[in-house]
Amino acid sequence: MAAVQETVDKVRSVDVDAYKYGFVTDIESDMAPKGLNEDIVRFISAKKDEPDWMTQWRLDAYKRWLTMQEPVWARVNYPKIDFQDLHYYAAPKRTPGPKSLDEVDPELLRTYEKLGIPLREREILAGVEGAAERRVAVDAVFDSVSVATTFKAELAKAGVIFCPISEALQTHPELVRKYLGTVVPVTDNYYATLNSAVFSDGSFVYVPPGVRCPMELSTYFRINEKNTGQFERTLIIADKGSYVSYLEGCTAPKRDENQLHAAVVELVALEDAEIKYSTVQNWYPGDSEGKGGIYNFVTKRGDCRGDRSKISWTQVETGSAITWKYPSCILRGDDSRGEFYSIAISNGHQQVDSGTKMLHLGKNTSSRIISKGIAAGRSDNTYRGQVFAHRKAKGARNFTNCDSLLIGDACGAHTVPYIESRNASAVFEHEATTSKISDDQLFYCMQRGLSGEEATALIVNGFVRDVLQQLPMEFAVEAQKLIAVSLEGSVG
Amino acid sequence: MTPRPPVIRTKAETSLVESFAQASASLPGGDAVRGARTRAFDVFHERGLPHRRIEAWHYTDLRNLMREAYPIASGVAAKAESGLRVAIQDGVCTLPTGALPAGLKLTAMRDALASADEALIHALFPDQGADDAMAAFNAAMARDGVLIEVAPGAQIDAPIELSFTASGDAPHGDISRCLVMVGAGARASILESHAAPARVQRNSAMIFRLGEAASLSHVFETCAASPELHVATLIAEVGKDAAFSSFAFVCAGEVLRRQAFVRGVGEGVKIALRGVSLLKGKQHADTTLVVEHAVPHGESREMFKTILDGEASGVFQGKVVVRPHAQKTDGGMKSQAILLSDDAAMYNKPELEIFADDVVCGHGATVGQLDEDQIFYLMARGIPRAQAEGMIIEGFAREVLEFVEDEAIRERLGAGLSGWLARRAS
Repeated sequence: MAAVQETVDKVRSVDVDAYKYGFVTDIESDMAPKGLNEDIVRFISAKKDEPDWMTQWRLDAYKRWLTMQEPVWARVNYPKIDFQDLHYYAAPKRTPGPKSLDEVDPELLRTYEKLGIPLREREILAGVEGAAERRVAVDAVFDSVSVATTFKAELAKAGVIFCPISEALQTHPELVRKYLGTVVPVTDNYYATLNSAVFSDGSFVYVPPGVRCPMELSTYFRINEKNTGQFERTLIIADKGSYVSYLEGCTAPKRDENQLHAAVVELVALEDAEIKYSTVQNWYPGDSEGKGGIYNFVTKRGDCRGDRSKISWTQVETGSAITWKYPSCILRGDDSRGEFYSIAISNGHQQVDSGTKMLHLGKNTSSRIISKGIAAGRSDNTYRGQVFAHRKAKGARNFTNCDSLLIGDACGAHTVPYIESRNASAVFEHEATTSKISDDQLFYCMQRGLSGEEATALIVNGFVRDVLQQLPMEFAVEAQKLIAVSLEGSVG
Repeated sequence: MTPRPPVIRTKAETSLVESFAQASASLPGGDAVRGARTRAFDVFHERGLPHRRIEAWHYTDLRNLMREAYPIASGVAAKAESGLRVAIQDGVCTLPTGALPAGLKLTAMRDALASADEALIHALFPDQGADDAMAAFNAAMARDGVLIEVAPGAQIDAPIELSFTASGDAPHGDISRCLVMVGAGARASILESHAAPARVQRNSAMIFRLGEAASLSHVFETCAASPELHVATLIAEVGKDAAFSSFAFVCAGEVLRRQAFVRGVGEGVKIALRGVSLLKGKQHADTTLVVEHAVPHGESREMFKTILDGEASGVFQGKVVVRPHAQKTDGGMKSQAILLSDDAAMYNKPELEIFADDVVCGHGATVGQLDEDQIFYLMARGIPRAQAEGMIIEGFAREVLEFVEDEAIRERLGAGLSGWLARRAS
């Protein structure tokens, strides 16, 4: 069955030509010279005034990176990246360490206003109805540095640490040292190793035992400078029995050349803790001819380290020329749970190779994967996922559902699931539910006067909403607009 | 392309490479055949034995599993049998005596190769699977096999049996390549059964070409004593409105890799690949499929059930490719496995690669153990546990066994299933 018109229209409205965030902020930047070598690594480390062990850690990563090869297994094609032709550090010039937002360059503030990201706390409070329940603390990362973090004081009252990772290295080095690189080891993969060597900023979150983080935390990434790569590093630790919900958004200006974004995100959930990580990825996807756009090569991994912990990834992917990311869960603790909800829309010449890994190591661990891929234009959309049960993972459960939908005959949708079970008591189900709309449900709706198509759309949309409901409210509205599409006609 | 790390040849690889050098001059076929063989050998030579880093062989690491390559048998021909039974012993073909049904022609592959024309060479060395190292090694080295030609419109009711065996008890390797050409509107069925005393490494290839509206059903079975290591390649090209079905019943052999490359080249093809694997001990069975729809209105069904006991491991890798413009393709792929033991392992990879927007393709994969509720239900009715388990497994496997068209074969395979379960219970 072909896609219904409504879906086609919606997807067209998020086509690459309609990219809204493509403006450039004219701001003076402090940049590292082009290229990558030990000096650049030291330069970045020195800029951040990092402790010696951190500098050494970066240098070790850099040395390791030199010995590695770029991964080529993903279903994406792009010209070879010249890693020496990039600036590895770019920061807006500013007075050192602005004490308040008043000291932040007004041009920057305007940029974020334009992007719809409120950085002034009083505005946030004034502008939104029922703001008390819906406040979001924002860490704004501009090129290589964090320019502002809101609601820090209030979070501190609850004991939550939310700050740029460069600041955390100064104020809480013991926490950073204890957890950094324990989920995504320095040697993990080419881009993660590169990131370990040159990461410049990112967010650090620590939620102490038993604390339910009083508000949503959010980081907003913006690439602005030309010829730069953005390498941010996010580390979130939820201590015993705590809860945190974190959102991430990203945009970049329209430029003709490709830009590299290689981030690493590490989540650690200790006993009974829960982390909910949501992404609305809207990097510049390139123009309709496939020129320009961001290469989004990201390593995201969560470690359910404690028993009964839970990590949930939700992603809505519409941007980037190339997406290469697999937010994963290591289900180490007994009874821990991992979730992955994804909607990936590709258009123009975009290439998406995304999915997840659920590694079941502990007893009675469970995981759930819901992935919806929509390909239009000349794009390629691949779901690649692995579900693995270790011999000791007694009673592991997984349910996977990945659907894809093609709009037009010049695009491709691919599914590459790996389902590996080494244990008899593990129960894994993998399926495409296109055929799962039951006649009973259809009959029920049609009996009430809906046409067959309306009935199908209603049922399927109800199902997509499952994914959307995982998003925090602030994002859900945006995402819903983006993907109010029916998956009718989708294929497994 | 994937850069390949420099190949360090294993002992087995070296001896396989040498075996081609020794044999190449004496292999049947003229210059054109020799050219095709050399090209195939170059593929093997470049890639070496497949290993974990080769995606299609990820779960069957031949570099590791084939520590030593047994010398390739010079071949002892079997005694000719009557009826429609072709014996292929040590890779050497013996045709049956007696009259054949009208429209059926059997030729030993060594003779066919010796006088091969361009069309036959084209059919014998297709591009499908050509970059697979083991299929390429087969193409390079095959000396014999059988050429089965079914004339257009001919209806061959009885199954044509290809019985693969081995002589003596010295460890050896055997290689065979068979081609089945089914003319337009013709119908036939093939039973391919594999036996061997222990310690045989077999590399067999079956190639099918189905003309317009032709129909062929193929059954692959392993017999009680099967090769220690067996790579079985199946290549099929299915013409307009033709129907191709293949069923595999696997219960013996130490390491078995079955790989199928099936392509629908005309509109309205019907492709069905199914199978049951019963594995125990340290058995390893790998089923890897690539089903390609190149034109509109094709249909394909894949359904595989795997039952694993002991330390057995099973692999299912299925890939359905829908090329651009192959609209209205209807593809369904399913792999289900039951693990009876904690030391067994199952690896599933049901892949879809779709470039057309008006298709229905689905895939499903499940892995689990026997349902305790079902066992309890049966035990509550006085059935001992072992028997209850057997009943559930039997029901699970028979669901797919029912698809075997030939009644006699279906019953025999059913008996094989019951026997396997009875041995397990005792």
